[in-house]
Parts: sequence; structure tokens; C-alpha cells
Amino acid sequence: MEGGFWIDYAWPAVLLVIKIVAVIVPVVLAMAWLTYAERKVIAAVQLRKGPNVVGWFGLLQPIADGIKLIFKETVIPSGANKVVFIIAPLMTFVLALVGWAVIPFGTWDGGKIVIADINVGILYLFAISSLGVYGIIMSGWSSNSRYAFLGGLRSAAQMVSYEVSIGFVLITVLLFAGSLNLSAIVEAQRGGFWRWNWLPLFPMFVIFFISALAETNRHPFDLPEAEAELVTGYNVEYSAFTFALFFLGEYMNMILMSAMTTILFMGGWLPPLEVSWLNWIPGPIWLALKISFFLLLFILARAAYPRYRYDQLMRLGWKVFLPLTLVAVVVYAGILLYTDTLPK
Amino acid sequence: MVLQALAFYVFAAVAIAAGIMVVTARNPVHSVLFLILAFFNAAGLFVLMGAEFLAMILVIVYVGAVAVLFLFVVMMLDIDFVELRQGFVKYLPIGGLIGIVLLVELFIVVGGWVTLPETKAAITEPVARQGNISNTAMLGRLLYTKYVYLFQAAGVILFVAMIGAIVLTLRERVGVRRQKAARQIQRRREESVQLVKVKPGEGI
Repeated sequence: MEGGFWIDYAWPAVLLVIKIVAVIVPVVLAMAWLTYAERKVIAAVQLRKGPNVVGWFGLLQPIADGIKLIFKETVIPSGANKVVFIIAPLMTFVLALVGWAVIPFGTWDGGKIVIADINVGILYLFAISSLGVYGIIMSGWSSNSRYAFLGGLRSAAQMVSYEVSIGFVLITVLLFAGSLNLSAIVEAQRGGFWRWNWLPLFPMFVIFFISALAETNRHPFDLPEAEAELVTGYNVEYSAFTFALFFLGEYMNMILMSAMTTILFMGGWLPPLEVSWLNWIPGPIWLALKISFFLLLFILARAAYPRYRYDQLMRLGWKVFLPLTLVAVVVYAGILLYTDTLPK
Repeated sequence: MVLQALAFYVFAAVAIAAGIMVVTARNPVHSVLFLILAFFNAAGLFVLMGAEFLAMILVIVYVGAVAVLFLFVVMMLDIDFVELRQGFVKYLPIGGLIGIVLLVELFIVVGGWVTLPETKAAITEPVARQGNISNTAMLGRLLYTKYVYLFQAAGVILFVAMIGAIVLTLRERVGVRRQKAARQIQRRREESVQLVKVKPGEGI
């Protein structure tokens, strides 16, 4: 050991913790005020005022909600499988957070702003999002309630189905980028708005966004918590902070999916024009702006569309998206090979 | 290197403990959950070996898809725990036999390395890292050049198995009304709604 304990282990560990906190805190704050933004935007769509009592324009509403949820009693049903019941919401929340480990936020002095710049970043994100189903299926089963169980089963089937088409969409993006590293995928799109992946991959972009709605169980695919028939589905037995973890996990997943859409199709942290003063604005700000745009789309989709019926949802996933994306992979690969533009 | 060793022992210990729990857990759903934990730790071991692509694929395919189906099936079963315990003595000999066979095989393989050092050379050499190429790219190169026929053959086998599964479970139910999305979209107002001027007191 040449550097000794402090230089070799302790200092990198401290640095890592600082990095993690620097990423997690903004994400958690963004998530808290995303709930506020959603209520305000939907209120505006429906010509209401939305939350406007706590703080200026109701800006402190998320804090009030959080305090309320913390101080309520956590009820564990007597017939529930206690350990699994407690683990399920924790799992949802943690999985929504760990995805941020590989999200690149920009460049600084030639280095990348990212916690872990791993080679298989996109696969890591895909793996994390495919694990999200466990939080829901475990909560549905352990609650020992029929409504929760039905909601959990529905949601598990839904998430597994839409993951398949997301996988194929990822392959088409990889064909253009030639790397599984998220920073490399963003760098491959350098050159302004018209060079970003959304233009050549437009059909895939639309399919990915719709699949992201289904994957995060958002409207119009929010069947797991169909309140009309399942009283709210998998989380019906959860109260107080265990419920809050599910709720926050869903919003965190929305932000993560928006970040993924941004990185894959909208050039990540890159500015829309290759102009020097636009390049001067730091990458994280561009990334945040683009993520906000997609979050707005998430919220507007909720305000605009009615809920899908379950068989229609499955039909869309398996009979429309899966064949389309499968053909698209072949077509895009063929075009790239024919024009000899495959990334080397 | 200390951290690597520590991580290895943590992953390995949790994987083995989870494996034991898979067999001994009373509740089958808990068994599947422990199986998932074992898969996850195996993925961690892959990462430690520098096979990050395999690790991610293990998580995506086994944890994200296969284990979900296991969990689905096990949760749906109506299991009587008392009945489940009854066959223990009856199945103990055959289960023990399989365990012993596996153990002996392991001993033969590992014992061979110790008694005959030259058998170690017969193990396929891992392809050495060539410069700055990532693990994923190397796997791709190897699969699509040296092993391309085997790779394609594996694909064909899986494809045939998939078709077989679909054919076996597909049943045509007659007399069931199905939604035809294309027809619904093509429907026009003229063919479904008729405006009629009705005089008061007369009806149609």
C-alpha cells in the first residue's frame, strides 16, 4: 500500500458521498416540487387554481404534505407478510434513486459530471427499470388483499410487456451511437438541434415516450391504481410514509424516464445550437430544461387522456409496438449498413 | 485490492446464504425472492470479474423477466404449507442423491486441477484484453465471428421453442366477440348515426 489508508480509501469514499449527495438532493427536491407542478398544471388545464393556501402561490404545499405523511400512523395489516410488506416501498424508492448513478450531467474542464461513468450505462438503466416491477408485485402480494393483488399482477404484466419494446428502441439508438456508454451516446449527437437522435429516430422517439408512460404507470396507462375498479390497486393497504415512498418513487421514476428520453433522443446536456454563448451555459442546466419539458408532457398526458382499457393496453404493447420496433431495428440497421454510416 | 476482496466475500456469502434460504424457506414466495437475491449477487460477482455486460444481462433477463414469471406462478398457486412438508422424507433419498452427484462432480473438477496441473491448460483461455476495447465489443466480435454458427443455432432453437410454446397454449375459442380496432377506426358517422326529423305526436 503506497498511499496509506486515508488517501487510498477514506478520501475517495468521502468524495463519493459528496457526489452522491450533490445528485440526490436536487433530484429529491425536484421530485417534491414536481408534485406541486403537476397539481398546478392540471388545475390550469381544468380552469381551477390548484394549491394556493400554504406559502406564496401554495409553494410550500409539498412540505406540508410531507410533514403530514411522516406524522401519520403506519398501519400494517394483520394478515400481511410483514417483512415483504415493509421492503416493497423501500425497494421502489431505492430503485428510483440508484438509476441516477449513471446519468451524465455534462462536462466540466474536459471531464464528465457523473457519479459512475460505466461502459454499460444504458444496460444498467434498463436493468434498474426492469427491477421496478418487484416493488409493485411484492406490495401487491404481501398486502394480503384482493384489490392490491390484482393491481400488482396487472402492473407487473404491463411493465414486463412494455420493457420489451423499450429494449428494441434502445437497440436502434445504440446503432446510431455505437456505444453503451451514456456520455458517448450524448456526444454522438453533438452538432445542434437537427443532429439529435429525435429526427432520424422519430417513430422510435414517440414509441419510447409512450412506453415510458406505461413503464412508470402513468396516465393514460395507470391501470395498477385504477381507483374506479381497484380502489387504487397495489398500494391500497399502505398508509403514511410507506405510501409516501410509493408515491415519491413514481415521481422519481418519471424524472428518471424523462432524463433517459433526453439523453437518448434530445442530446442530453448539449445546447440546441452550437453557438459559443449557448455552450457557455453549463450542461446540467440544459439537461434540467429538457427534463422539465418531458415532465410537462407527462403531466399534460394525464390531464388530456382517459385511461386505457386493460386489453387495449396489452394489444398496443404486444401487437403494435413490438412488431413495429422489431422491424425498425432491422430497417435502421439495414439503412446504416447500406449507406456505410454505422459508427466505427 | 482489499476492497475487491471484501466485495467478493460479501457477494459470495450473500449468494450462498440466499441459495440456502431458497431451499429451506417455508413460504415458496420467499424462496423465489431469495432466488432473486442470489441472482443479483451473482451479477455482482460478474462485475468483479470484469464481465459487466454479462452482469447487466443477467439482471435484465433473469431478475427482470424470468424471476417475475416465477413469482407470478408461485403467487397464483393455492398452496397448503402442511401438505408441502409431508413429502420431505419420501423425496429425501432422490434429492440427496442429486446433491451428492453434483458435489462429486465438483470435487472431480477441482481435484483435477490440484492433482494434474496440466488439466488447467485445457480450460479455454479467456480472450486477453486487446487495448482499449470494452468487454461488450469483445463479446460481440467473438460471437459474430468465431462462434457465429453456434450463435445462430442457439437463436433458431430458442425461436422453435417459442413457436412450440405458443402453438401448445393457443386455443381458438369460437363464439367469442373480439374487438377489431381497425374496423372501429374505419367506422364513419354516416353508417352509424341517422338523423330523423320527427313530427311531434307521431313517432317514427
